[in-house]
Amino acid sequence: MKTFKKFLYGVMMLAIIAVFLTLWTMLPWQGVVALAVLVALWMALTRRGRQTWQVTRVGLSTVTQRLGSSSVVVVGIAGVVGVLVAMLAMSEGFAETLRASGNDHTAIVLRGGSQAELNSILDRDSANVVMQAPGVKKNAQGRPIASGELVVVANLPRKSDPNSDSNVPIRGVSNDVWALRDNVKIIEGRTFKPGLRELIVGKGAKGQFAGLDVGKAIRLAGQTWTVVGTFASHDALESELWGDTQSVASAYRRGSSVQSVTVLLDSPKAFDAFKANLAADPRLKVDVTTTQAYFSKQSEALTKTLRIVGITVGIIMAIGAVFGALNTMFAAIQARAREIATLRAIGFRGVPVVVSVMLETMLLALLGGVIGAGIVWLIFHNYTASTLGANFSQVVFQFQVGPGLLWTGLKWALAIGFIGGLFPALRAARVPVTTALREL
Amino acid sequence: MKYFHLIWAALFRRKARTFFTLISILAAFLLFGMLDATRSAFDSGNNVIGVDRLVTTSRYSIIQSLPASLTLQMKAIPGVKDVGYSNWFGGIYQDPKNFVLSFAVSDNYFDIFHEIQLAPEQRKAYEATRTGAIVGAALAKRFGWKVGDKVPLQSTIFPQRNGDKTWPFDIVGIYTAAPGAANGTDQQFFFHHKYFEDANAFQSIGTTVGWYVLRLASPQDADRVAKAVDALSANSDHETKTQTEQAFNASFAKQIGDIGLIVTAIMGAVFFTLILLTGNTMAQAVRERTSELAVLKTIGFSSHSVLYMVLAESVLLLVLGGVLGLGLAGVIVPIVAKGSGGMLNLPPVGTQTWVLGFVLMLVIGAVVGALPALRAMRLKIVDALAGR
Repeated sequence: MKTFKKFLYGVMMLAIIAVFLTLWTMLPWQGVVALAVLVALWMALTRRGRQTWQVTRVGLSTVTQRLGSSSVVVVGIAGVVGVLVAMLAMSEGFAETLRASGNDHTAIVLRGGSQAELNSILDRDSANVVMQAPGVKKNAQGRPIASGELVVVANLPRKSDPNSDSNVPIRGVSNDVWALRDNVKIIEGRTFKPGLRELIVGKGAKGQFAGLDVGKAIRLAGQTWTVVGTFASHDALESELWGDTQSVASAYRRGSSVQSVTVLLDSPKAFDAFKANLAADPRLKVDVTTTQAYFSKQSEALTKTLRIVGITVGIIMAIGAVFGALNTMFAAIQARAREIATLRAIGFRGVPVVVSVMLETMLLALLGGVIGAGIVWLIFHNYTASTLGANFSQVVFQFQVGPGLLWTGLKWALAIGFIGGLFPALRAARVPVTTALREL
Repeated sequence: MKYFHLIWAALFRRKARTFFTLISILAAFLLFGMLDATRSAFDSGNNVIGVDRLVTTSRYSIIQSLPASLTLQMKAIPGVKDVGYSNWFGGIYQDPKNFVLSFAVSDNYFDIFHEIQLAPEQRKAYEATRTGAIVGAALAKRFGWKVGDKVPLQSTIFPQRNGDKTWPFDIVGIYTAAPGAANGTDQQFFFHHKYFEDANAFQSIGTTVGWYVLRLASPQDADRVAKAVDALSANSDHETKTQTEQAFNASFAKQIGDIGLIVTAIMGAVFFTLILLTGNTMAQAVRERTSELAVLKTIGFSSHSVLYMVLAESVLLLVLGGVLGLGLAGVIVPIVAKGSGGMLNLPPVGTQTWVLGFVLMLVIGAVVGALPALRAMRLKIVDALAGR
């Protein structure tokens, strides 16, 4: 009978934790704030609440005596939150960079089945057909606003390691690119002159790779090119070097073909008609996507992988931290066993004891969460990194430690605190008073 | 060893605490095992099998091809045993998600990559079949391919002369990777460069190759031969860069990201926490056993044996949790690799990981045990028994 009771108790605890975790992950921040306010009101207004507050104060005042073991909770949870937030910040940063690169009023056209610009090729005639298609916005002179582009990959050393080779994308763009991608701004020097071997470099590429300062010369395809300017666009294009399509094509012997055509649409609604029109054209076999869909798809796999890795690592670390917290809090109630028993002997009920132990753990956990998230924010917010992207070349991106992620981190911290405090709290309230008083 | 029973009893004096600590240690080493497997999946730089190989690529860009005419000139360089070449095909099978590492290779490719182990009759069949393909055992398993299957691969880059981007292949052989081969060796798909040239819509492809692989008579010649190869095309429009296969792989892995650094950073955070946690456990354990330790000393245990017993206890705690954790990682890693459908190519938890793991267990055990053990050693019997 006794073992059965114990078993039931265990099942009940597991159920409570499962329900708590499910509700907790779904709870928006307003819900948590409301919950905190409710607890505070309860503690200020009811008799039981005031008792709880007194017991919690006693517990907190003794934390300094248990500094070593309390810091296990804080540091353990700081570690979990730090690693989780850093991994998610990497994933978010990469996704955000690529998401910002596309929008719904420009479309990119590639040869059918190519998947990435690097694999694609469109001859001059096909490119012209695409540009003249209905739905493409015309400029004041009545010409379509479109850019036939080439992407080639060059080897450049990284700043951090002069002997390394990195694949850096070089994009040949047409004059219309400024109307097409209006977020691109020259922030230093000037733009390239058509027909000359001149390049402008993205801000991200300039920060990551060596020898890209304005005025410097670099060797590409056996020829010398001059860097004449730097541009900023706050998206994946910043990882690239841009030159004139014709110059790049002649250097890499591409003749008059291009790899992709990007067009400005009359409106986002014009996309479906534009796509249908090209699909129906027997001269063409092309894939048409909005730039938004094109770039989002590129980030999908890596973003997902990073998220899964981050959360898996986070869960395993959290399990470790929960048991660390259990250890600490069991030791804490052990040390205060007599004091808690005395309180209960003079008439304090179980609830204030349970809540006070839980509150103490969760406050320690919150402290850990704030420290972990804070450290990651200090080190990694806007930290620049790069990886191999879809065009077989480097994509430079920045870690994004936004408020959303910090909040996720704190939620994890509080969840760990809740589980780590629950069992010791119940134990403290359930030990028979007489046993506890007799111990020690 | 004769005190083992005593140490064991001391360790499980408080079952709950030891159990909680063990689970934390287990979690840490589980993570260590999994992350180390991930790291080594990206780290194919230090396998010894390819030590006698050089890779020659275009100096300016990985995507630029090289003239096929270099083959003869390279062969003439003293110290070069064999010259093979390869071209990236960019194949996908049925769905864009099923990416296949596929290469059009020269006929001597399998002599240069001797870790590709193929039955002689399958090799013969390959040589006799124009559209023949050789696939790695792991890749064949992933898609359920068998010898004799006709497999269409779609190239993301190269259309056939008739404009069709789907290339038919006959699977004539399935190879295995020799022990010690780089991770992922048995995930590749090879076919005749000749077929690739003849059927390709890009006619000029016949006079170019993607990159060269050179087999050396002796690895010591690597530097000299690399310089001689690069000198062949110096100041031309197709300058080359020749490096050892190891250097080539390492620089490639680095482009994906510094996986090693990320793993080290995570493990640093984990082990720092672990030291604090187990250190706290050990300190508690020694503190509440003060009088017992004093009794041990009273009945004749020397201060040093008390020191060693406490140290042994903390090392034992770490080793118990660590072995369980790494063992669990050994079970989980293959499941994860399998669950990812061949996309994540995780090697099993290897000897190297176990050795490193053991070193970590011993070191962390000694570090966290040191302070409590010293305290136990310096214990004055009188004070301890009096509870002062």
